[in-house]
This record gives sequence, structure tokens and C-alpha cells, in this order.
Amino acid sequence: MITLTIDNQKVQVPKGTTILEAAKKVGINIPTLCAMPEIHHTPGACRVCVVEIDRGRALVASCVYPVAEGMKVNTINERVRKAQKAIVEFLLSDHPRDCNLCQKSGRCELQKVAERIGVREIRVPCTDFTERSIDDSSPSLIRDSSKCINCLRCVTACSDIQGVHLLTPSDRGFESRVVPAMGKDLMDSACTFCGQCAVVCPTGAIIEKDEVDKVLKALEDPTKHVVVQEAPAIRGTLGEELGLPVGTLVTGKMIAALRKLGFDKVFDTNFTADLTIIEEGHELLHRAKTGGKLPMITSCSPGWIKFIEHFYPQLLPNLSTCKSPQQMFGALAKTYYASLAGIDPKSIFVVSIMPCTAKKFEASRPEMNSSGYQDVDVVLTTRELGRLIRLAGIDFANLEPEDFDAPMGQYTGAATIFGATGGVMEAALRTVYAVVAKKNLPSLDITPVRGLDGVKEASVVVGELGEVRVAVAHGLSNARKVLDKIVDGTANYHFIEIMCCPGGCVGGGGQPCPPSDEKRKLRAQALYTDDANVQKLRQSHENPAITDLYKNFLKEPLGEKSHHLLHTHYVNRGL
Amino acid sequence: MHHEVNVPVSKTISDEFTPDILVKVDEVIERFKSKQGALIPVLEEVQTITGYLPESLQRRVAFGLNLPLSQVYGVVTFYSFFTMVPRGKHQIKVCLGTACHVRGGQQIENELEEKLHICPGECTNDRKFSLEIVRCLGACGVAPVMVIGNDIHKQANPTKIGTILKKYN
Repeated sequence: MITLTIDNQKVQVPKGTTILEAAKKVGINIPTLCAMPEIHHTPGACRVCVVEIDRGRALVASCVYPVAEGMKVNTINERVRKAQKAIVEFLLSDHPRDCNLCQKSGRCELQKVAERIGVREIRVPCTDFTERSIDDSSPSLIRDSSKCINCLRCVTACSDIQGVHLLTPSDRGFESRVVPAMGKDLMDSACTFCGQCAVVCPTGAIIEKDEVDKVLKALEDPTKHVVVQEAPAIRGTLGEELGLPVGTLVTGKMIAALRKLGFDKVFDTNFTADLTIIEEGHELLHRAKTGGKLPMITSCSPGWIKFIEHFYPQLLPNLSTCKSPQQMFGALAKTYYASLAGIDPKSIFVVSIMPCTAKKFEASRPEMNSSGYQDVDVVLTTRELGRLIRLAGIDFANLEPEDFDAPMGQYTGAATIFGATGGVMEAALRTVYAVVAKKNLPSLDITPVRGLDGVKEASVVVGELGEVRVAVAHGLSNARKVLDKIVDGTANYHFIEIMCCPGGCVGGGGQPCPPSDEKRKLRAQALYTDDANVQKLRQSHENPAITDLYKNFLKEPLGEKSHHLLHTHYVNRGL
Repeated sequence: MHHEVNVPVSKTISDEFTPDILVKVDEVIERFKSKQGALIPVLEEVQTITGYLPESLQRRVAFGLNLPLSQVYGVVTFYSFFTMVPRGKHQIKVCLGTACHVRGGQQIENELEEKLHICPGECTNDRKFSLEIVRCLGACGVAPVMVIGNDIHKQANPTKIGTILKKYN
């Protein structure tokens, strides 16, 4: 252990600890704009965290400087304050500074640090601004290099967390900026649109494409019948986005808010999450019985789908042909629901609330129109719904809880846990076991597939099928580990769940930012609480609305209607 | 697209490398393949063979060394030695260091731009000349200095540029 003094407080920390970490231990939060322990990112790039050590000649960056025995650190004397101010002024001197117009305003770390340090003027006029070059080529994300402060968090998220390695710093000095490989647009690149770059970006340099206005317009259009679906994870994160404690389960308030906004029907993606389990479970059984391609891999996560289409096209036959719950919902809203309600599908407008930026791309895929129309019209992220609710002036915290509309709002606990890594696997095993063994699993809680370990494995003996070996991966660099094993023939799994983002959808690119494992755990806990304590039914095949759907419309799992509406195909997108 | 490198002919380059040039490129990659820190030496040798490093070659290097394309691109754009624009048979370097600048280096550059119809960083359509600005060649005593290939042209005079260029075929 090493003993040092920070602002006259004695602190003991292990050797190798940085000054920044040591200071945190005694309650001193040194400002920084690049360091992010969450993604193991300490490039020492922004220099905002400078401190004085032992009255030394030069100030040091506390995020990378290790502690030493007897060291005396000052984080707040005049010299440090002056230096921090100058550094932030330099950052702002080459920054657009039209903060009121920025989507990140109020949530921007640069803004917050400038406010905290007390920057009131910028004494270094910049004559050579970074050119405002906006990449809005994709339906998911917008990049604006002029707002980038070269903290490189997005580069680390893209390479280390997601294993995509698309973003890179290019050029040098004033010309230096972060770009996709070869300086291309996101749409022309192997970008998965996962949005992990956006949730770590301290400024408005990478943001979701805001489509709140499109929804407002539809809600105000008397010829449109606007229905809304919310992904399983939203009920565990929308409260957080609107200022409630992290991990507050807000299902009822969310429904009430959506009604107040004027949606004609408040349905739930959980309904089609249950449906996905029925279709995907039967697909797995079909493959197992007919010698089909195994291991089968889940297909709910559109960032993961785009990843495999670029990076592992040879494994596309392993991918379940099931559409994601979002797309199953869209297809059924404009066919099944349209006929039930006697509404022309042309006038039905489907809005999704998703934890995800890649869902925007998924909804825009040309093949996602099996109802004869674009199945999902607009996708809003958790952050955008938060914005919409604030815009409408709704007092979210004090809303009386309400219930979903029938029939596409009924669901089981198995659907809710889709939002956490391992949840789809757990839900699928519950149903597959019950279908094959004709009885319930001894315990519905399959804990080995829960939690934040990168790759989780389990095996369950499922009646006459025998041992079913499964794996669960979240975050695409973890996915790579499992996929490489399939490619080199060392994997012996039957069924694999892959979620694009760390923690699954609770850690999605459309969720409140910045993220942390602590937050992901609390958010997931909210979903497991819904499954265990709120829902009476916890297995997808027990959902009576799903039974009705098959009886009155689809007829049978993997049947002709299912094939047409609920299943899809994939493309090799190359690199 | 949002990147400032001017790549006027990059779309057509993939056909311009003959099979035997590509064999040489692959030999370089093969030689360094299993070595740590191979990227920069490989790019250096490949550029010596091909003259420049367009996207097609960066992809070949990235694939060959099993590195992300973004990493190759990051290195190529970081070091001024590497170029994604073809260089001419004769590479012209005009010095705009302090001494050359005050002795009229700028007029030399202007004259070259006018005569060759290219800007610094570009190459003539016939690939004969390319133009580059450098900061100090260490020959301040004979400023302003212009270098064409390996020839140093001391105390260069804008009115003589035309005559000098004619010497290079």
C-alpha cells in the first residue's frame, strides 16, 4: 500500500493506482473529459485532470500518473485552477459553442466541466475552426466532427468493447479528427449502428438521429391511427432518463405518459417477445430434430445482425430466421391488429420505443415490409422518449400507473427479461423445456445465464432432447470469442444468445448516458423484479393473447403465415 | 467524405497495379506477417514499390497483416511520409521555411501551381510531376530552395521555372 496526501487528506491506495482514482477514494472528483474507467479508457488526452505534485515544475495528468509514497498532491490551488481553465478554454476555442441548439445541451460533459471550472471568457480566439462536417448518412446516428474534442472514448468503445474497429483517429494536429476507416460515411462502412460511441461521447459529436418531430406530426394527424410498442428494457430505464433513481421499474407510468401523449393504442414489444420465444423455440427444436444447422444463434439484436453480416457471413446459416420482436410487432400491427380493429393498415402508424440506435436502421431495412407497408414507421430511443415527455410537460414522477391495451399489450415475465443479457436464453429454455418435457423446469430462474460476465455457459437436460448446451455473450468483442470457436470447430453449443451491447438492451446505445456496470446491474434488476414479483405468468407459451393469436390468425408456429410475417433473411455485406 | 485528403484519382487506381507489382507487395506482407510492429515497415516498403497507398493497397495490407483497416488508415494519415495520392515521376518540394519564405519561396510555389495546374499534395494528370511544400531543408544559405527528385535548385527564380521544368521528362 502507498500513502500519499491529496489536498491535505491522507489516503492509502495500492501501488499502481492513479492520482485520479486515489482522489476519488477521499471524495475528490477531479474533472476529466476523456478518462472513462468503465471502458478502461485513460488516454491522458484531454489534460483537464491536471494536478500539482510536490510543488513540481510541471503539472501532471492525474488520470495516468501513478501514486508514489509520500507524494503531496494539490488538485485545486490557483496554479491548477488556472491551468484547467486554460485547457478548457482551448477546447472551447475550437468548438461551435452554440450550445442552446445542441441535442446534448444540459447533458454535455464539456458544458458541465466548463461551468464547474467557471470559464467565463475564451481568451484564445480560434481562426481556424474545425470544419462543420456532419455525417447524417445513416438512419441511426449523426456525427459532427466540429464538436469532437478528441477524447477517443468512441474509438475505444468501437474497438475494445464492440470489436468492430471502425472508428480511428486520422491525421495530426489541427487536422486530427475521429473518422470511420478510409474517412467514409457511417452508411458506407461496417458500422453496426450500436450507438456505444454515442453513449460514451462527452459532447454532441455523436448523437442519435432525433425523430421526435415525426412522431408529433403523426400524433397530430387525424387520419393516422398511431400505435406504440416499448421494448422490454424501457420500463427499467425510462424513469432514470426522467430523473428517477436508476433501476426504477416504471411500466405503469410509462403507459400513462404514452396515453397522455395521444397514442391511440399503447401496446408492448413484450407481446412479440413472447411470440419470438414460441417461433424461435420451435425453430430450435426443428433444427435439432431434422439435422439443421446448429448452434442456432438468436437474432433479436439488430446491431449484432449487422455485425455478423459484415464480419462473420459464413455463420449466417446459424442465425435464427426469426425477426426481432420489434419487427414482428410491426408486421402484426398492420395485419392481425388491423383486421381485428377493422382499420385500414395504410392508416396505422407504428412507433417503437427502443433502447437502441440500431433499431432505427433495422426498421428501415427494405425487407421489413411484409405487411405491405413499412412495418415500423418510426423508432425512438429511450432518450428521445424522455425528450418527448419533457416537451409535453408531463409530470412523469407523479403519474398514476395505467395498463396496456389488449390484445398486443399482454405479456409474461419471460418477455420482460429479454432486456437483460441472458434473458432471451432463459425465456427460451423455460418454454423449450416445457414443450419437450411436458412439464415446467424445476426452477424457472436459470441463474447461470444472468449477470455481466462476458461469456456465460450453461447446460440443461431437456426431456428426450437430452443435454442442451448454451452460451450467452453480450458486447460484440465477447461475441467474437464465441463466434471464433464456432468457426474453428471447437464450440459444442446447441443454442447461443448474442446481444450487441454490454449488459444487453439495458446497456443499449439509446439508453441514458453515460453508462456504467453498476447502472446496468440495477436496470437489469428492475426487469428481473418484474419477472419474479409482478407478472403472474412467467413462461411465454402461457400468454393467453399469444394462444389467441395462433388460434385465430397464425394457426401454428413456423407455419405459412409465420414464415411470411415473422421470419426474414440476411445479407453478406462484406467489409 | 468528411476527410480532407484530396484523392482525385483514387477511384481508378485498383487497376493500375500490374500483377507483378502486387506479387511484390504480397512478398513484403508475407515477410513481416508474423512480426510485432510490422505495419509501419510494411507500409514504407509497399509505398516504395507502388509510389503511394490508395485504399486498395491499405485493404491488402490490413487483410494480409490481420489488422483493422481503420488502424492502417490512421497510420497512413498520421505520418506525412505516407501518401494516398499518387506522386509524380518527378517529385517537386518547395521549401517554405522561414529563410526561404522571406526570400520569395511563395512566388516559386505560385508559379509551379500555375504552370502545372496542381495544388500542393496533388499530382499532374500525366503523373509526371507532384508538388509538395516542406518546412526547411537545411539549405537556408541558398534560399529560396526547390528540390526536384534528387536535384537541388538553389536561389530559385520564378521566371526560370518553365525552363527548369522542361529539363524533366
